[in-house]
Amino acid sequence: MIDLSQLKFSKTHEWFSLDADLGTIGITQHAQEEISDVVFVELPKVGKNVAQGEEIAVVESVKAAFSIYAPVSGTMTEVNEALAKDPGLINRSPYEQGWIVRMKLKSPAEAESLMDQKQYDEWVSGGSH
Amino acid sequence: MDFVPITPNDRKIMLQTIGVPSFEALIEEIPEAIPRADLQVPRSLSEPELLRLCGDLAAKNRVLDPESCFLGAGAYSHWIPSVVRYITSRGEFLTAYTPYQAEASQGTLQAMYEFQSLLCELTGMDVANASLYEGASALAEACLLALRETGRSRVAVAHTVHPEYLQTVKTYLKQSHVRIVDLPVQRGVTDLKAAEAQVDSETAAVVVQMPNAFGCLEPVEELSKLAHRHGALLIAVVNPVSLGILRSPGSYGADVVVGEGQPLGNELAYGGPYLGLFACRQNLVRKVPGRIVGMTRDAHGRRGFTLTLQTREQHIRRAKATSNICTNEAMMALAATVYLGALGKEGFRELALHNLQKAHYLFDQMVKIPGVKALFPAPFFNEFALEMPIDPERVNRNLLAEGFLGGFPLKRWDRGLSDGWLLCATEIHSRAALDRFVLAVQKALQ
Repeated sequence: MIDLSQLKFSKTHEWFSLDADLGTIGITQHAQEEISDVVFVELPKVGKNVAQGEEIAVVESVKAAFSIYAPVSGTMTEVNEALAKDPGLINRSPYEQGWIVRMKLKSPAEAESLMDQKQYDEWVSGGSH
Repeated sequence: MDFVPITPNDRKIMLQTIGVPSFEALIEEIPEAIPRADLQVPRSLSEPELLRLCGDLAAKNRVLDPESCFLGAGAYSHWIPSVVRYITSRGEFLTAYTPYQAEASQGTLQAMYEFQSLLCELTGMDVANASLYEGASALAEACLLALRETGRSRVAVAHTVHPEYLQTVKTYLKQSHVRIVDLPVQRGVTDLKAAEAQVDSETAAVVVQMPNAFGCLEPVEELSKLAHRHGALLIAVVNPVSLGILRSPGSYGADVVVGEGQPLGNELAYGGPYLGLFACRQNLVRKVPGRIVGMTRDAHGRRGFTLTLQTREQHIRRAKATSNICTNEAMMALAATVYLGALGKEGFRELALHNLQKAHYLFDQMVKIPGVKALFPAPFFNEFALEMPIDPERVNRNLLAEGFLGGFPLKRWDRGLSDGWLLCATEIHSRAALDRFVLAVQKALQ
């Protein structure tokens, strides 16, 4: 079981976990509930460089298509190929099997700007999303 | 009954409601520099007067027998079986707008699904959409797909692609940073050696037309390999009728197939409506523009049809939509579906064979005329280019006086081909009609 208190969160509902200079990105439980059944995930190419806040993937649900933004700058090192066959992993296991991309961070300090679990929960319940 | 969109009194009430004294005051914000329309509208006409006026205008057209028309160059005269018009004009199908409400439109949706399935069979592709506006915009959409798919910035277009199609692609890409690269032509077909130097790791797609705008068959297999060697997509522009006899684009590795569907049971018409064909491989389905009809099961487990993959489209995906094309040519697609259904697999093959044979018979007779030569050595389907001893425009004028619509003067596309004359023959031409035309050309050259 993943420890949510170890994760960072963005205002655009991505979660982010850091292991040395490798980050993993997915969407939050709250986000997957809001967008409902995911039917397709458009993944980036490994090796692609992105700046913080840039679009890295698109998640399509039965409701609409949503952009996933890079919480930090860096280079894509891995994408979750399992999502091609089973995009529903994002709904069933948003923090584990439903991860979307892994990236090598350009500047780990950027992660400081993200929220922790408590801040994110408060932000979500504040309804300011 | 008169159609009155707004009465003077309606107008008065509306202007009063928003507190503006007159219509002119309402639009006074528009800068003076922009010219105002000065509409010279004639007095209203009664119904018989109007019919007479339109009849007089229509009578200015010179209507030729289809058998006397030898002009192709992108639009082709074919026999349309009566069943096509009968079915497309039935009330159940004849509607003002694309009826996609699944619970009320199963017939239309099934017809579109059949259209897509037939197109997949013809092209050897996995998925097809429910059509686009016409061939040229279908090609432009295919280029956009390739650019999205590869993330690259160049499109390599064979010089032998129909110049008006290229113009449409250029228009679509005008505001982007995409560069369109020209693949040179030699003796009517793409010069493979020269093409190799133009395709690289920044090429999103190689576009080839088969048969090409000059009627010639292209080395598609080699162009396909060239594209794939560099990770680019191969986009094939096809004449659907040729697929009754030529290899399917799927078999030589095309990733996207587009074309003009008019030859499939649709009338020749200046300005359309025509029929854009668009089909591709399964891995590209999420990037396809336009409508796609899918087959599914309803709540009771019965077979049903519905629009599918709509998250690609702008009403859901907004700015990230694969295209801003949300509609299609459903009536023309229906005509194509009925046409293909009426011909059947064998009939369609026969149709292509007739086209091939008629065009080759005409070619053989034409090159016997002193001074008339083949312009290119490449094999062709139902259209071929000749080198004429006198200005082809003059040949056409002389032919028109005899009741024939001649070929396409190629200098309109390429000044270097000043003597080039593109002729087409289809199943609609009887042998007698072909012979009459050959005699008329002989006379026109004197």
